[in-house]
Amino acid sequence: MLAWRFITRESSMTALTIGRDRLIPRSTGTGRRFARLSLGNRWASPVLLLLLWELGSRTGLIPERTLASPFAVLGTLVEMTLSGELPSNLLVSFARAAAGLLIGVGLGIVLGLIAGLSRAGENAIDPLMQIKRTIPALALTPLFIVWFGIGETPKIALIAFATVFPVYLNLYSGIRGVDVRLLDAARSFGLSRLELIWHVVLPAALPSLLVGLRYALSISILVLVVAEQINASAGLGYLINNARDFMRTDIIVVCLLVYALLGLGADWLVRLMEHRTLVWRPSIVEQSS
Amino acid sequence: MTVRFEQPLLAPVDDSGVDLQGEPVVRLRGFNRRFGENVIIDGLDLDIAPGEFIALLGRSGSGKTTLLRTLAGLDDAGGQDVRVPSSRAVVFQDARLLPWKPVWKNVALGLPGPNVRVRSEIALREVELGHRVGAWPLTLSGGEAQRVALARALVREPRLLLLDEPFAALDALTRYRMHDLVLALWRAHRPAVLLVTHDVEEAIALADRVLVLDAGRIVAQERISTPRGARSTLSARLRPHLLAHLGGERHDAGVVRLAPVGRAVE
Repeated sequence: MLAWRFITRESSMTALTIGRDRLIPRSTGTGRRFARLSLGNRWASPVLLLLLWELGSRTGLIPERTLASPFAVLGTLVEMTLSGELPSNLLVSFARAAAGLLIGVGLGIVLGLIAGLSRAGENAIDPLMQIKRTIPALALTPLFIVWFGIGETPKIALIAFATVFPVYLNLYSGIRGVDVRLLDAARSFGLSRLELIWHVVLPAALPSLLVGLRYALSISILVLVVAEQINASAGLGYLINNARDFMRTDIIVVCLLVYALLGLGADWLVRLMEHRTLVWRPSIVEQSS
Repeated sequence: MTVRFEQPLLAPVDDSGVDLQGEPVVRLRGFNRRFGENVIIDGLDLDIAPGEFIALLGRSGSGKTTLLRTLAGLDDAGGQDVRVPSSRAVVFQDARLLPWKPVWKNVALGLPGPNVRVRSEIALREVELGHRVGAWPLTLSGGEAQRVALARALVREPRLLLLDEPFAALDALTRYRMHDLVLALWRAHRPAVLLVTHDVEEAIALADRVLVLDAGRIVAQERISTPRGARSTLSARLRPHLLAHLGGERHDAGVVRLAPVGRAVE
């Protein structure tokens, strides 16, 4: 990446030298032009892969039952979107992930606060959470099916169960990692314990909490994929299962795309939250100014 | 509590205007502090008069930080004979601003009373940072951050201002400017000041009284009545004497030359 940047910087220098007497470039203009160029370079290899894939499909090198061609996938995507099949099932999956996350993140925050802010809470909660951590969430699937049946409940419960820990752990360690010197300073100005928590401890722990949240979001999508394989009658997992039975690789690829988009969306959401809440960080201050 | 920021910064106030007869703002009698076997402070007596500027010299481990933490109320005095005013404020070596609060909210942190924002802005103007009111602390230079810390302390109109090596991390030029600023603010607000420092020159240049702390005891003190700004010859004479006490040789008696309180060095 670095080496590559260096090369574009070099070539931009040459370009400027060559065109010097003809155009006195405005620095911002050329900067933007090269930024666009570099973006183009980044796209080159994925586009090439797509072209090869399409070529393989057209020549029959890649049979359709193995993998549908990019154009077929695109067509299916448009068709499924227009028919409402994709949006309605996406909504079902999204609601599952959202419900699971809401419970998991909420619980993680509450437990993290209790363990982080009081010694007794730490003694009570942390051992349990460490034990819980050793159990892979997905391994609980059979047990959850026995307990909750095959409806929505086990799917949401699995997502909730899996997302509690990253939120809990990051918030807890964020609270415990608060700079003692800042606490001392705030105490010297006569802040009460509650004021200390509100003005110093929680803001200091917020970056860690957001890291935990980012983990939780990506885990929730991972667990969603698996949970939706449990006898779903709607949702992306249901679409995939159906498509598998009819060997519709185009539909499967469309659903994979949508899962990827969900992941991207989740990432974007956390970035947005970081930008909103961590405006005081110099990197963000520079970016927005 | 009245706000007195409006008076001119460099009001001509008599340097020797310390009220030594008045009730002291700080009074310690036989104060001890130990951590396990380690005696940090050993039977310390200390009076600070209202408006008095005291510099406390001492090597690392001499107990000066412990003393300051006690006066700041950060360590529990454990029922000993310690009297400090409730209205006090600390400036630490590192500015210790909360990075997630803009400058003025740092100044206003925990500030009681009305018009918190206005008072904070006035205090910031007083340390010449009126243009940085809404800035984020991590974008400030070291000197600016330390001035914010000063404003945060002074906006409380403390009767006791504790300065814990506040200039140690600054470059020389900034440090001299901060000296002038601190003196100006002290003259304008008249808190009692306890300045903890390593720097003998700094102590002589700023203080009414210089104390040397070693192994938890005051081993020397000098009262300086020469006006500030005319102390260079005095400094040359006083420096070796103070350095001798700081130098690290153990003095058998613990007290080598304890000048009686009230004695003036000309």
